[in-house]
Amino acid sequence: MAAATPAVIISVRDLVNRFGQQTVHDGVSFDVHAGEVFGIVGGSGSGKSVLLKTMLGLRKPDSGVVEVEGHDITCMSDRELRAVKQRYGVTFQHGALFTSLTVTENVILPMVELLALEEATLQSLAELRLRMVGLPVEAGAKFPAQLSGGMIKRAALARALALDPALLFLDEPTAGLDPIAATAFDDLVLYLRRTLALTVVMVTHDLDTLARTCDRVAVLVDGKVIVDTLPGIVRSEHPWIREYFHGARGRLMAAAGEGENRGA
Amino acid sequence: MDSAAGRLTLAGDCRAADLVTLETALREWAGAGSRSVDLAAAGRFDIGPAWILKRAIADAATPPAVSGSLPAHFNYLDELLAGASVRTADIAPPPREPAGLVRLGRALEVRSENWYEALTYGGKLISTAGSAWRSWKHLRIASVVRHAYETGYQAVPVVAVIAFLISVISAYISAQQLRPYGGEIYTVDIVALGVLRELGVLLTAIMVAGRTGSAYAAELGVMKLNDEVDALESMGIDPYEVLVLPRVLGLIIALPLLTIIADFMGLFGGAMLTRYLIDLSWPQFFTRLDEAIAPTTFWAGLVKAPVFGLLIGLTGTLRGLQVRESSRELGRLTTVAVVQSIFLVIFADALFAILFLEIDF
Repeated sequence: MAAATPAVIISVRDLVNRFGQQTVHDGVSFDVHAGEVFGIVGGSGSGKSVLLKTMLGLRKPDSGVVEVEGHDITCMSDRELRAVKQRYGVTFQHGALFTSLTVTENVILPMVELLALEEATLQSLAELRLRMVGLPVEAGAKFPAQLSGGMIKRAALARALALDPALLFLDEPTAGLDPIAATAFDDLVLYLRRTLALTVVMVTHDLDTLARTCDRVAVLVDGKVIVDTLPGIVRSEHPWIREYFHGARGRLMAAAGEGENRGA
Repeated sequence: MDSAAGRLTLAGDCRAADLVTLETALREWAGAGSRSVDLAAAGRFDIGPAWILKRAIADAATPPAVSGSLPAHFNYLDELLAGASVRTADIAPPPREPAGLVRLGRALEVRSENWYEALTYGGKLISTAGSAWRSWKHLRIASVVRHAYETGYQAVPVVAVIAFLISVISAYISAQQLRPYGGEIYTVDIVALGVLRELGVLLTAIMVAGRTGSAYAAELGVMKLNDEVDALESMGIDPYEVLVLPRVLGLIIALPLLTIIADFMGLFGGAMLTRYLIDLSWPQFFTRLDEAIAPTTFWAGLVKAPVFGLLIGLTGTLRGLQVRESSRELGRLTTVAVVQSIFLVIFADALFAILFLEIDF
């Protein structure tokens, strides 16, 4: 459906991850294209988080290759890996905001650590990030414990965007949000993707989010991966996938149909 | 990118990593008289640098002349601002720090709340303990034993070694000081009285305050951060009965037992040192020991142990349950738990000393 040959930003080849006797990934291969929103779904224990950690360079796979912009991150020195990671923005499932820092301090932390900027510039950049994720500027002075779930997710996204990443990883970005907040978050991701030419990789269980935002979806099942556009995935004959999308199928198909028109 | 005579020239891409260079160039540029921006050779902008540039242009007193095309992100930023001003001057300044008197008042308020909380905490615990005697089930014997084991049994090696060493040190110093007067034999008196009345129980309590006071505060603090305490309460289970009481009771049981071990090890250390230092045989040591101590000496030390245990247990659990919201609070309150329980132990020991003097115990 996409343009002729989309640029590949992440390429995963023959990835194997084992924990003792248990093989989580048994030869997983797929590409993430530049500028797309790439969804990862799978049942509990199917290795979504492990896959994400491997792509982030937080875990060395037992075998296989993960290439980011043509460089294999599985056999990089820590120093090279750090340079790659600075191109990443990551949000974690529960936000992982530093509870002892205010939202503003959380957002500017990556910049404080990596760039020697003046306080005024940092404050100004923090204000930008808060505005970008739709948080009121006053929220910057609050501590994470004083925020609602939706605001925590947004603040985490603001921190992930701090260094203008090329790649954004979102782990369950809409889990625990009410449908309105979840929709708003989806819109935000799409908006940022469009205006900033970001590539987004997200792990999600939210079928609405999948349908609204993802260009392509990877389903982790039986240690393997099936990658297709959402309508293609929904048409799959695999019993687990049928079960997963069952019930919501009609609605998803309709939504995914609209999604295809959105393209380019 | 550079700035010369009020002319800011930006060439090539401007990424987040270039923010520092951009900031330096803008600072020079802001000081110049008539200003202009040259973007003819500028490449792609990241959004962060674009925002900083936009704000710098907006902050200029007279709008600078711009040649070349503005970064594409300026449209997005305009959209984002939706009419709000970019100028630094238009942003509301952060609220000012309150004046000295207000700060003093607030500090006093926090202090008094703290005392109030400690008092109600003690009261609540007493009432919980009172109702827990109703049945074995409410007393949670298994849990009490576990805490007594963890705080008592597992602390035996360190407490024993410390008591031994302290009595060796005090015996050594006393023997040296008493030698010129030919009164080396009184080393036994000093060691026995010191260890049994004060050092044994005090050092044990301080060790336990460091070990267990911090453990209690950290355990309960993490449970509090994870909403586990709320979860217990929502099940209709009293957290005081399940979490606090067994810990405090465990410590009240463990500390006297540890004190007995410390007393024993202290006397053993004293006996060993006097044997080598002043050639006092074991039987001689024990004869002297018998003369030196009154029947109450041992009890004067031991009776303090449950009180110290209570103080350490209460402080540790109270501070743990006060943890709210952040990991920093956890660290702070764990520290407070240890420092306060050691302080309270020494303070209570001083009160005991006065009391025992008055009643001639």
